[in-house]
Amino acid sequence: MKINKLYLVLFLLALVAPTVLYPVFLMKVLCFALFACAFNLLLGYVGLLSFGHAAFLGTGGYVTGAMMLHTGMGPELSILAGTVAAGLLGAVYGKLAVKREGIYFAMVTLALAQLAFFFYLQSPFTGGEDGLQGVPRGSLLGMIDLSDNMNMYYFVLAIFIFGFWLIHRTIHSPFGQILKAIRENEPRAVSLGYNVNDYKWVVFIISSALAGLAGSTKTLVFQLASLTDVHWHMSGEVVLMTLLGGMGTIFGPVVGAGVVVTIQNYLSGGELGNYIHIIMGLIFIVCVLAFRSGIVGEFQKMMKKNFG
Amino acid sequence: MATFLGINLFALSGQLLVGLINGSFYALLSLGLAIIFGLLKIINFAQGAMYMLGAFFAWMALNYMGINYWAALILVPIVIGCIAILIERFLIRPIAGEDHLYSLLLTFGIALVLQGVFTHLFGSSGLPYKIPAELSGGTKLPFMYLPNYRAWIIVISLIVCGSTWWVIEKTKLGAYLRAGTENPQLMQGFGINVPLITTLTFGFGVALAGFAGVLAAPVYSVSPDMGSSVLIVVFAIVVIGGMGSIGGAILTGLLMGVVEGLTKFFYPEASATVIFLVMVIVLLIKPAGLFGKEA
Repeated sequence: MKINKLYLVLFLLALVAPTVLYPVFLMKVLCFALFACAFNLLLGYVGLLSFGHAAFLGTGGYVTGAMMLHTGMGPELSILAGTVAAGLLGAVYGKLAVKREGIYFAMVTLALAQLAFFFYLQSPFTGGEDGLQGVPRGSLLGMIDLSDNMNMYYFVLAIFIFGFWLIHRTIHSPFGQILKAIRENEPRAVSLGYNVNDYKWVVFIISSALAGLAGSTKTLVFQLASLTDVHWHMSGEVVLMTLLGGMGTIFGPVVGAGVVVTIQNYLSGGELGNYIHIIMGLIFIVCVLAFRSGIVGEFQKMMKKNFG
Repeated sequence: MATFLGINLFALSGQLLVGLINGSFYALLSLGLAIIFGLLKIINFAQGAMYMLGAFFAWMALNYMGINYWAALILVPIVIGCIAILIERFLIRPIAGEDHLYSLLLTFGIALVLQGVFTHLFGSSGLPYKIPAELSGGTKLPFMYLPNYRAWIIVISLIVCGSTWWVIEKTKLGAYLRAGTENPQLMQGFGINVPLITTLTFGFGVALAGFAGVLAAPVYSVSPDMGSSVLIVVFAIVVIGGMGSIGGAILTGLLMGVVEGLTKFFYPEASATVIFLVMVIVLLIKPAGLFGKEA
């Protein structure tokens, strides 16, 4: 009941937010929040650290961008295509990656993502270093003009809520319970008769498809798909957002994405832009050394201690 | 022009040489990773940044202090080894008991900071480092022209890798190290200072990367992102080889360099991706890696 009230308040806040804050900034936060939530589904709930999630973000972005530019399909179908493409790539990459565990899993996903990076760098349809520019936003169902930032914002918000709901459902389903069992004690889950690798594979596909959904939406928002989205820095960023916000908490990645995007926006404008990687690196180090539960995790601990 | 079955042998041997040189760097870097992994069970994400640091320190030593290449080749790895020891002691050891993913993220953060600092100081375009006078020029071989410096890279990295392998596999110190890998508690029980060995091992593994950086300075341009791109390839190589054996890490590194060189000759479009594709094939056939043990 308490949680439902919290969701309602947050939903109302999200509805009025664009009247106070710049809508494009909010859309950026929402896209990255969805990306980080998708990533957190793997890291926080199954304990799999993927260092290659940029590949799915970028795939969603490129496919959606190419569909909008070269076919007559509307934004809904283009986003769907981007999401499916990322999910398919996730099915292939996931099948390979779940063969290894722990840090090997991280290295395999990083290497596979680099493979995708070189593919997009070299293939003709992505525009190489320039990326896909001037992607039209189109109009929703042929009626609502998305080039208007407010319309676009509510569309992005709806997509985010859908993705967030799906992740919430996944975590709280019997399937999600098994995922947590795998995270806590994999040999025991095996001994109970669960085919652990299949579970990991399925959740990897869900996670990559949702990361693709975030990438597709992001391409429409910024009307641009570029190599930045598939670069390993992006994979590192989503790890940072999740770690900073609190891995394994449902709101952590959202908070983390909000903080990181705010820092980036703040820095890229001023003369501190050069320091962005240094600051990100320092946040990583501080989080790992002193702040492993993240913002939301620490907050929950504090609430428990004082009011629980 | 020497040809065989329509293949230009001159160009082929040239690419093979480039492959062997890249392979030498891969071998040095994956050897360092394997040594560190053996004792600390962590993957040092900063290994690429330390390689970059090695190249920059060599450049700075020459341009700011007049320290020549030969002195840098010895001094820079020592300095980098000391930096690594500080990192291990003050950053990695406090989280030694935690999930190994945290140490991966920690070293990733260190790599970002180092790369950011050097991008800020020197920009992202590369700096040139002159080949030392003793090694400039080259030798004319039947099929190719062999620049002396490139021959030196291959020879010296083979010597360093070989002697590291010998120390670990054949000496008493190496026996301690291997025993520490198997069972650190028991080692400690025998009165051996395991934390000290761990720290020194980390220092040595990272010093290898610094050494590779100095070696690389004259052949690749010295730039802040030289480490990150090579590191991802080395990760793929580590997955291909598996981190079960020291010899395996060295061999896989060299082998993948040659495979990359051959691809550059026969199908240049795939040269950037071939190692990742080999990794995919290895994962399908032998997931533990060529030299890996099933966990």
